[in-house]
Amino acid sequence: MENLKENHKTSPKETDILDARLQRRAFLQYTGAGAAVVALVAAGCKKDRSPSMSFGTTLDFKDDFGVLNYAYALEQLEAAFYIKVASNPPASFTAAQKNYFQDVQFHEIAHREFFKKVLGTAAIGSLEVDFSSINFTDGASVLAAAKTFEDLGVAAYNGAGVRLRTDAYLVAAGQIVSVEARHAAWVRDQISNGSFADLNSLTSLGANAAGGLDAALTPDKVLAAASVYIKTKINVINL
Amino acid sequence: MNILSILDEIEKVDGEIYERINPRRKAMQDFFQIGKKISLAAMPLALGSLFTKAYGQTTPTAVNEVLNFALTLEYLEYHFYNHALVATPTLIPAGAPNGAITTIRNHEKAHVDLLKGALGNAARTELIYDNFDFTAGGTFGTVYLDYVTFLKVATAFEDTGVRAYKGQAPVLKGNAVLTTALQIHSVEARHASHLRQMLAANGATGLKPWISLGTGGVSNDTGIAAVDPVYARENTTLQAGVEITGINGTAVTKTAAAESFDEFLTKAEVVAIANLFLKPGFRL
Repeated sequence: MENLKENHKTSPKETDILDARLQRRAFLQYTGAGAAVVALVAAGCKKDRSPSMSFGTTLDFKDDFGVLNYAYALEQLEAAFYIKVASNPPASFTAAQKNYFQDVQFHEIAHREFFKKVLGTAAIGSLEVDFSSINFTDGASVLAAAKTFEDLGVAAYNGAGVRLRTDAYLVAAGQIVSVEARHAAWVRDQISNGSFADLNSLTSLGANAAGGLDAALTPDKVLAAASVYIKTKINVINL
Repeated sequence: MNILSILDEIEKVDGEIYERINPRRKAMQDFFQIGKKISLAAMPLALGSLFTKAYGQTTPTAVNEVLNFALTLEYLEYHFYNHALVATPTLIPAGAPNGAITTIRNHEKAHVDLLKGALGNAARTELIYDNFDFTAGGTFGTVYLDYVTFLKVATAFEDTGVRAYKGQAPVLKGNAVLTTALQIHSVEARHASHLRQMLAANGATGLKPWISLGTGGVSNDTGIAAVDPVYARENTTLQAGVEITGINGTAVTKTAAAESFDEFLTKAEVVAIANLFLKPGFRL
């Protein structure tokens, strides 16, 4: 699996991990891992953060740790995507685009590791991602996926902020979401200059153009939208 | 924004929201039916009146203060862009630049209207263009004569807006108003990202869409000394007690660490910045 945790220095080695992931996939197919099996295994190894055992994970929204783990899950997804793009960008990318995808990669790694560190032993394990719907050699496909991730990230933070009870975490989340919004605006401008804050195109994510309001979605809706990119079964409780 | 999901959100933090809005649940359901048919254009007003109905005079004073503070900043931004578009039509090049500034102006107007609606009778006195001095006492004397100077001030305003909203977030903690504030906040961040690109395309070579480390590690990455207060502490790499540079053994550099989190400004810091652009008698 793409165990990004163990690749602290982003390097070409990241891509080698994909081979291991395929073996995982084959194993899962062999075991016929249906939802019930996954849930059982997840329950059995919830505290075990050994990557090879993380068949499923649970986000428990009963307290701030649930919200932080939710953010951690999304940042894992974003980081994995940008690491893959930055290590081997589409041929059509300009030098500036390559540089900024490198930048964004490290921003997302910083966010991911921040949540991991804050959560400590309460952190969920590493998610297994599924980017089979993205053509990483095609600039348009990569930009479209980046737009999806960034707009969804903004919607997620905006929608989850009200659940946080600890000032420090609320402020940290606020300090991250605006960086995601900056990413979103830049990526959108790469696709179509001037679309940086096209709120009409974000209504399905909860934006209101007439009110000048950006996207905001509850965690269940965000996770449903993100599920196409995540192989790991995510259970949500106490939402 | 989906008004129904907003109400769901409110219910999660304020279980009595429906009772506050109207003691009879049936009436609330009627409102939903109307809400589904209501035009998008009318939504902010309807939402504002709904909040007023919900909290009325019991809205915490601190929440109203934050909303009025935000309203002041939105007036500032709106009049800044609107004057450029209306009174100095040749300042901003036609095409994409004019389109972008128009988009931003329209959002600021929407924010003004939304906040006014939400505050109702508690809204501060309206601010008009003549209440402002966008040259900041001559510091930006050519703001409406020189396109690049205009972009510099615009960038500073948007980066300030982003930082101001997040600084007030703890006051709104757990309140449905927080979600609305966050939705405004990230729109300001999108504006800031685009304006920085516009500035980069007009001489500020290398200026990134996100706030980076300034030369030599200073907090202001724009190279415009007059806006130093806007970027105070943006070179911070410590978040909630966690050092981000090289976190968990990663290759996250000091620059990436500073870029990956936008810092907040305190209310006093924002007031000091806003007052530079307000005429005497209208300062905060």
